Amino acid sequence: MKVSYYPGCSLHATGKEYDQSMKAISRALDIELKEVDDWSCCGASSAHSTNFDLSIALSARNLVAAEKEAMDLMVPCAACFNRFKTAEHHLKADKELKSKIEGIIGAKYQGGITIRNPIDIIYNDVGLETLAAKIVKPLTGLKPVSYYGCLLLRPPEVCQFENYENPFMLDRIMGSIGADVKNWSYKTDCCGGSLAISKTAIVVELCDKLMSAAREAGANCVVTACPLCMANLDMRPSSDMKLPVFYFSELISLAMGLSGAQETFKSHIFDPQPLLRQLNLI
Amino acid sequence: MENFLEDVNKKINGVPIQRCYHCRKCTAGCPMASYMEHNPNKVIKMIQNGKRDEVLNSSTIWLCLSCETCITRCPNEVDIARMMDVLRQMAIESGVGAREKNILTFHEAFLSGMKSGGRINEPIMMVKYKLKSGDYLADAMLGLDMFKKGKLALLSPRTKDMKSVRNIFEKTKTR
Repeated sequence: MKVSYYPGCSLHATGKEYDQSMKAISRALDIELKEVDDWSCCGASSAHSTNFDLSIALSARNLVAAEKEAMDLMVPCAACFNRFKTAEHHLKADKELKSKIEGIIGAKYQGGITIRNPIDIIYNDVGLETLAAKIVKPLTGLKPVSYYGCLLLRPPEVCQFENYENPFMLDRIMGSIGADVKNWSYKTDCCGGSLAISKTAIVVELCDKLMSAAREAGANCVVTACPLCMANLDMRPSSDMKLPVFYFSELISLAMGLSGAQETFKSHIFDPQPLLRQLNLI
Repeated sequence: MENFLEDVNKKINGVPIQRCYHCRKCTAGCPMASYMEHNPNKVIKMIQNGKRDEVLNSSTIWLCLSCETCITRCPNEVDIARMMDVLRQMAIESGVGAREKNILTFHEAFLSGMKSGGRINEPIMMVKYKLKSGDYLADAMLGLDMFKKGKLALLSPRTKDMKSVRNIFEKTKTR
């Protein structure tokens, strides 16, 4: 299949491991990515927290750019995904707002493309059987908890993600690549998101709570699909609470034995390599 | 003239917040409730009671993480997360400003980065935030570690059609 690809700002910087591994596994799973032409930032929390019209217009600019390709739009960053789905929701529900925003961006919004996160694409389009058939190195001994966070799931009528209080797609993807996924009740709790820099002490407490719950569940690592969750969980927990944190795409890449799969582990702040070595996975 | 409640409802443009019957499900699920001076459901009651200054001056509206747990669980579909956005915007536009100064300073540094490059360059954004907040030392070691691991690129590709991005900022300016 071929999809439009919106990396967003994080995937070019703090979340570069997500971009690199997403591109690698897409190639290996026959998903051709076409980057959205001359994309700009989605606006993130800072736009919607301070100026509603600005937040919708910044996302609409990118949606209009993606519409030119008329393909599904893959948005790996959960925050960008959420902003695009939210903009789509408002633009489709409110004609007055739609014409106002079209005036601001100087282009027509058609609303004809589907905004998708890669978990949905891999689970529903690639399929777990196809994925499992391509695994050369099952992740035996790796015990992750799946951490979905907020922005892929909520609000449910906007994000349209399966089972938003107890999602399972990521758990099953991890199971199909040989990991021993642990169940826990913190799958959709918040890590503190965009307050990491301005209210660090609170975010440390939220992250410590997540890590402590992951440990209690018997996990030896955490797997995520959001660069904000990744940054917070990788950097913010107290030093005695930390566990290795992975993007799900990094683990698929490792299990598929793709070349360069091990490179992205080197840029994590909390080094996951000792755990992977101990499990003979690298 | 519209009262505070009518003003907020109009801006939310959804379910009227007085549909809330204070079951406190929003507060029970809110990850920030224990850090807030007023619980989310109490903010609704305060708006109904016309406490404009108290609400717009509260730290609560700035501490909301927009995790959207409240709207997901509200039995009456009151969009509290959207309400918090509306209240923040009202605080800025009315000149009340932000009780949690650093949070607004962060948002401003973020948006100003976007305005100049179309995309966020994290090191430049952080420098802007540090200069405005005066919070120079926090995260210095972490920043160094991130830089060493190539997570902070000093030069990153920008949006080419910057005119269209600046135009959006210009046309949505509220003050």
